[in-house]
Amino acid sequence: MPDSLPVDSVGVVTPQTYHFETPIELACGQALERYDLVVETYGELNTDRSNAVLICHALSGHHHAAGYHSMDDRKPGWWDTCIGPGKPVDTNRFFVVCLNNLGGCHGSTGPSSTNPATGTPYGPDFPVVTVSDWVKSQALLADRLGIECWAAVVGGSLGGMQALQWSLDYPERLRHSVAIASSPRLTAQNIAFNEVARQAITSDREFHDGRYYDFDTLPRRGLMLARMVGHITYLSDASMGEKFGRELRDQAYKFGYDAEFQVESYLRYQGERFSEVFDANTYLLMTRALDYFDPAYEFGGDLSKALAKASCEFLVLSFSTDWRFTPARSEEMVNAMIAARRKVSYAEIDAPWGHDAFLIPTPRYTDIFTAYMDRVAREVGA
Amino acid sequence: MRADLEIIQQWVKPGHHVLDLGCGDGTLLDFLKRERNASGFGLEINPDHITTCMNRGVSVIEQNLDTQGLDNFEDNSFDIVLMTQALQAVRRPDKVLDEMLRLGAEGIVTFPNFAHWRLRWGLALSGRMPESDSLPYKWYNTPNIRLCTFKDFEALCRQKGIRIKSRRVVDGQHQNNWLARLWPNLLGEIAIYRITRENT
Repeated sequence: MPDSLPVDSVGVVTPQTYHFETPIELACGQALERYDLVVETYGELNTDRSNAVLICHALSGHHHAAGYHSMDDRKPGWWDTCIGPGKPVDTNRFFVVCLNNLGGCHGSTGPSSTNPATGTPYGPDFPVVTVSDWVKSQALLADRLGIECWAAVVGGSLGGMQALQWSLDYPERLRHSVAIASSPRLTAQNIAFNEVARQAITSDREFHDGRYYDFDTLPRRGLMLARMVGHITYLSDASMGEKFGRELRDQAYKFGYDAEFQVESYLRYQGERFSEVFDANTYLLMTRALDYFDPAYEFGGDLSKALAKASCEFLVLSFSTDWRFTPARSEEMVNAMIAARRKVSYAEIDAPWGHDAFLIPTPRYTDIFTAYMDRVAREVGA
Repeated sequence: MRADLEIIQQWVKPGHHVLDLGCGDGTLLDFLKRERNASGFGLEINPDHITTCMNRGVSVIEQNLDTQGLDNFEDNSFDIVLMTQALQAVRRPDKVLDEMLRLGAEGIVTFPNFAHWRLRWGLALSGRMPESDSLPYKWYNTPNIRLCTFKDFEALCRQKGIRIKSRRVVDGQHQNNWLARLWPNLLGEIAIYRITRENT
């Protein structure tokens, strides 16, 4: 953290924990008797409670979307580039809510939380939650916060899936759904990458069938590998090329198998760091939630039929070099919205950073996001 | 009010579902939404126009007619398909016309008349490619790659079995002009055609 806060930062923020004592029924048939959701909010809720924006996080995200937790923080929240005073999601106008989803590992109830039935961490006994379950829990949080209708539900990647699911599950409770770098369902290739990640984790000897907490250990190698393979899919060939090329850490080849190329050491470093701070069971759960997401499934694969229920307006954005969720996946969503005669706007933004582009401000991305949210703000009188 | 908007508006019924090909900054769709409670989408490729549309609440899809076509739209999914001042900028205007009438019961097309007397005069006198208010480009950088005259367009419609329900001719400022009505292909700068399939 710099000595002083940037003027366009929401500043130092403190997460809050909301306890829920009423059981929540999940798609898998199980229920959680009680659970916590950890939440951050930025900006002020206006008097007619019309200016609330929900930010949904992606696979490894959490509630800390913007600002700093203390003046000692090196980095701000994960979407600080887009949330703050004068930024696309302008906290001078909107009341912004971001939570750690159920099953997460940043304070909300998840596999590493204590199971009240046993007094030990849930581990593999934590139910597999779905995007719909998350949306349900987010709606319960909205009730708690006194928000009847979101001005917008916004998310990138897996967060965009939640924004889409909101439009189907609670059509009357949001005015706009913003899905960035997202997909209406995973492809076989997407699921395949997730499966490699899961295999890496579950085949780690330290995994202990998900009960590593009881053995006072972590499946570090497995989670590191999972993150490494995931990380590759977040970047583009070009952006990796630009960042690392074939650069070596030392001058010459060593004819061994240690990390000699910069890209190798970068991936190892990212993987190692991630494996210390992220819960492996949560990683399994999040990837499964991704795999299962398919709102068209119960409509014979026809997303436009699923969208018949939706009444909000949509903004869909994709990035030219995103090969994890390609522009074609976004267009699939857009075409279904067109066929269902929903109001939708779409743009494909030229950016070299692959899937990660949704986290990186580029002029056109910022312009579009700002223009759209400005209109949302005007519409709700914010 | 711009005369072309006024004319087009008359042909759009309340609640019509419209598609605007090359919708620009969304002026027309915004106008039809307010005046006719019309719904629908605009297609556009200019980034600044797309941003403006989004800011004014016009549903806009980034889609390039030349490279992406209109395959993603279903047959008869619109009441009216509009194309104002864009026909001359697509690679295959003939195919776009077919697509317009596949998607909509009716099409409205406007384009600049390359047989307007000033353009004819300019070419005849100077021997250089003409420029005008509605065609303000050099030959090498113009987006208008398929210029035609009113007569050309009408011949194409005849050949394709497209029926012209009405034609209105205006000047470069989209104003009505009685002379242009008298000798359209010579004195009209912009024509607004309302077209439909022959058998409807």
